[in-house]
Amino acid sequence: MKTENPRAWFLVLPVILLVAFNALIPLMTVVNYSVQETFGNNVFFWQGVDWFEQILHSERFHAALGRQFLFTGIILAIEIPLGVAIALAMPRKGIWVPVCLILMALPLLIPWNVVGAMWNIFTLPDIGLMGYGLNNWLGIEYDMTQSPLAAWVTIVVMDVWHWTSLVVLLAYAGLVSIPDAYYQAAEIDGASKWSVFRFIQLPKMKQVLTIAVLLRFMDSFMIYTEPFVLTGGGPGNSTTLLSIDLVKVALGQFDLGPAAAMSLIYFAITLLVSWIFYTIMTKESKE
Amino acid sequence: MRLRSIAPLLYILFLMLPIYWLISMSFKTTNEILSGFSFFPQVWTLENYAVIFTDPTWYWGYINSTLYVAINTVISLMVALPAAYAFSRYRFMGDKHLFFWLLTNRMAPPAVFALPFFQLYSAVGLFDTHIAVALAHCLFNIPLAVWILEGFMSSVPKELDETAYVDGYSFKRFFVQIFMPNIKAGIGVAAFFCFMFSWVELLLAKTLTAVDAKPIAATMTKTASSAGYELGLLAAAGVLTIIPGAIVIYFVRNNIAKGFAMGRV
Amino acid sequence: MAKIKLDNIRHSYFPNPKSDDDFALKRVHFDWEDGGAYALLGPSGCGKTTLLNIISGLLIPSHGKLQFDGQDVTRLSPKDRNIAQVFQFPVIYDTMTVYDNLAFPLRNRGVNEAKIDAKVREIAAMLEIEDMLSKKAAGLSPDNKQKISLGRGLVREDVNVIMFDEPLTVIDPHLKWKLRSKLKELHQQVKTTMIYVTHDQTEALTFADQVVVMNFGQVLQVGTPQALFDCPEHTFVGHFIGSPGMNVLPAQVKDGQVWVAGQAVEVSSSLESLPEGKLEIGVRPEYVRISDTGVEATVRNLMDVGRHKVLETLVGDIKVHVVLGENQQVSSDRVHLQFEPANTRLYAEGWLVDLQHEFEEV
Repeated sequence: MKTENPRAWFLVLPVILLVAFNALIPLMTVVNYSVQETFGNNVFFWQGVDWFEQILHSERFHAALGRQFLFTGIILAIEIPLGVAIALAMPRKGIWVPVCLILMALPLLIPWNVVGAMWNIFTLPDIGLMGYGLNNWLGIEYDMTQSPLAAWVTIVVMDVWHWTSLVVLLAYAGLVSIPDAYYQAAEIDGASKWSVFRFIQLPKMKQVLTIAVLLRFMDSFMIYTEPFVLTGGGPGNSTTLLSIDLVKVALGQFDLGPAAAMSLIYFAITLLVSWIFYTIMTKESKE
Repeated sequence: MRLRSIAPLLYILFLMLPIYWLISMSFKTTNEILSGFSFFPQVWTLENYAVIFTDPTWYWGYINSTLYVAINTVISLMVALPAAYAFSRYRFMGDKHLFFWLLTNRMAPPAVFALPFFQLYSAVGLFDTHIAVALAHCLFNIPLAVWILEGFMSSVPKELDETAYVDGYSFKRFFVQIFMPNIKAGIGVAAFFCFMFSWVELLLAKTLTAVDAKPIAATMTKTASSAGYELGLLAAAGVLTIIPGAIVIYFVRNNIAKGFAMGRV
Repeated sequence: MAKIKLDNIRHSYFPNPKSDDDFALKRVHFDWEDGGAYALLGPSGCGKTTLLNIISGLLIPSHGKLQFDGQDVTRLSPKDRNIAQVFQFPVIYDTMTVYDNLAFPLRNRGVNEAKIDAKVREIAAMLEIEDMLSKKAAGLSPDNKQKISLGRGLVREDVNVIMFDEPLTVIDPHLKWKLRSKLKELHQQVKTTMIYVTHDQTEALTFADQVVVMNFGQVLQVGTPQALFDCPEHTFVGHFIGSPGMNVLPAQVKDGQVWVAGQAVEVSSSLESLPEGKLEIGVRPEYVRISDTGVEATVRNLMDVGRHKVLETLVGDIKVHVVLGENQQVSSDRVHLQFEPANTRLYAEGWLVDLQHEFEEV
């Protein structure tokens, strides 16, 4: 059991210092900017909540937010079931298991811009394998730079390609931890494969699945590099997701005020959802 | 049984296709790539790789990336180990809140920090250094490392600590000589995830660097947007960025499932 | 209900076993009578779980046949064998209520709801869990969960045998005896063949009518608890059962006499046609006396166990225990031990010497 020990703070101090340095100071800066206006030369004027109001009412923000939720929704709907299905289909033991896991983990370790670049090249209509294949072998008209639909399909497929393995690895870890006795008892009870899934596998995977959903929600909500490298936010701004828009405003236009307000709202949403999930998760493990 | 095994195989095939394409392109000349479609390189060339290995702008990119990833991993682990130990073994005022606060940093959108970091690190004179990127990544990696290590540490019984103290070990000696070997797998997994995040992250790495510490990722994007698409070169560079990842996975292959099972990604 | 016949069962986990050591089960050949309460007793690694899994169908033996009531079921799936198994830790369906847990096996077999309801309530009453029927199974204590596991086996009427694989492992010690007596009670009510696997002799001896002692992948002896105590057919059985267990000492036979540590000792076994091998004598501590003559021993420890005392001595470097009366004293460091002839037996290579050691039917 844990012992009460206030001196433990010394052990935690380095961590706090480093993280606080990186988190609190920038955050304070952001808060600072979010309530002020500047016309340059470090002269600031108090704006109060003006920026927040502006952002919250801005159509551009709504559009980006909407696209973001749509994107996150779609990929969650695809990646979670797909990941679970593949984990279920994988053998529980054997020499092929590590090989499969390594190959599946590979996409997770590719620098994100390389992922974006890879898919960019892969989907070029004339010279990319997928682009060429779709246009010439399957007769589907496909050009990501021209059609918003094609661009959307591409970023979705790219994300599925990139991150589903995370769900697979998590779900697989959860599955593998189920003792054989459960399967044996189910066999003795005459349970069907569906019953086994519904009453044994799914409940036992609940914790890892919660984590998977949480992580995929967070990471997809924050996504920047891959879609940016792939489509640049286009064609037009059809694939300009929240992060991309924010960076445009912040680093591109140097509109500090609106960028800061937007950042805080963005952070607030992320924090809210993570808090909800965290509470669910810790409640589950207490049972 | 056979039918079931097809699903993972198809999935892996799906995963390998774009990677294959990248590899195949890295062995083609840019001319060949642009002139039309070919499944296999018609003329195999190592030119692209040659450029990368001989041009300092390119290979320094790799070195820079490796440097800050390594620095970050070392720093993160070094501070995370004692902290994780504290969370695992002790109760102290505010410990649950602190833990949660740490986790929320993992959840922070890097985009939100892009500008503030730029200003912060410029202000302290660390702009365009490896240490800047390494420190910046700490924001996300330290909570992760603490979380993972705490999980592994909690499965080591406290009796081990107590026995060591009775035997006369000082805290430092105990920690290094006895405790750490016991959580070797945990340290490996934590290091893996630190590497994983730091190696792949682009936005902050690009924002905080210009020339001296420019990561390979930034070098690549520069190429892509400047004079035309030097696709062959780009592809070769891309392939080379995948290799470190593959090596790292190979080293932790036995612990991958365990690490994820701790539910601590 | 069924008579279960194990016909020359051998099992190796290796695809190409080369020697006896590669076999987890060397040879098991005997019958379990219908309706019997059996304990399968042995230390970890003796092969009892392997044997259990072969009977339940979770494992197909590499050699040999298994019959239920004369029908060959060696390769039949567990579902079709109509067996029930209770595992070491409670295996229940967490998301279902207690009622649904119990009803599950019947629903899978297409029994109609009215019958299911009657049966579930009947079994719940038997196990004293009727007041929990509508509760979610996940939140219950381990002993109640084990009852549910057991219940799932009892609801099916046509169960041939119920197997228990160390079911009390996760139960609180003060609840163990309660559950144990419940199981015995159940056996008398339901009269199904029950096989209880354990490494704990108390559990085995209190539950079973017949105890099957196993080690080294073989069945060493089958008998009532009393028979196992009185006449162990293998040194391991003697040593394992009883607290403290039987004393085993190396022996030689010379000139028609048995010699132990330089002393002549009388035994109850016949010395004619002795088999080859290492000879030992076995005598329970209850039948060892302290006297002026006999085998020399040095005193190590005297323990008061309440109603009697246990003296631990050393003969050479072998421990020998002696049960002494409540008021007996031991004054010196060296004593002489006498073994009661009627209960001192000779063992060759571990096996009782005048046993016709064939693999017989019980």
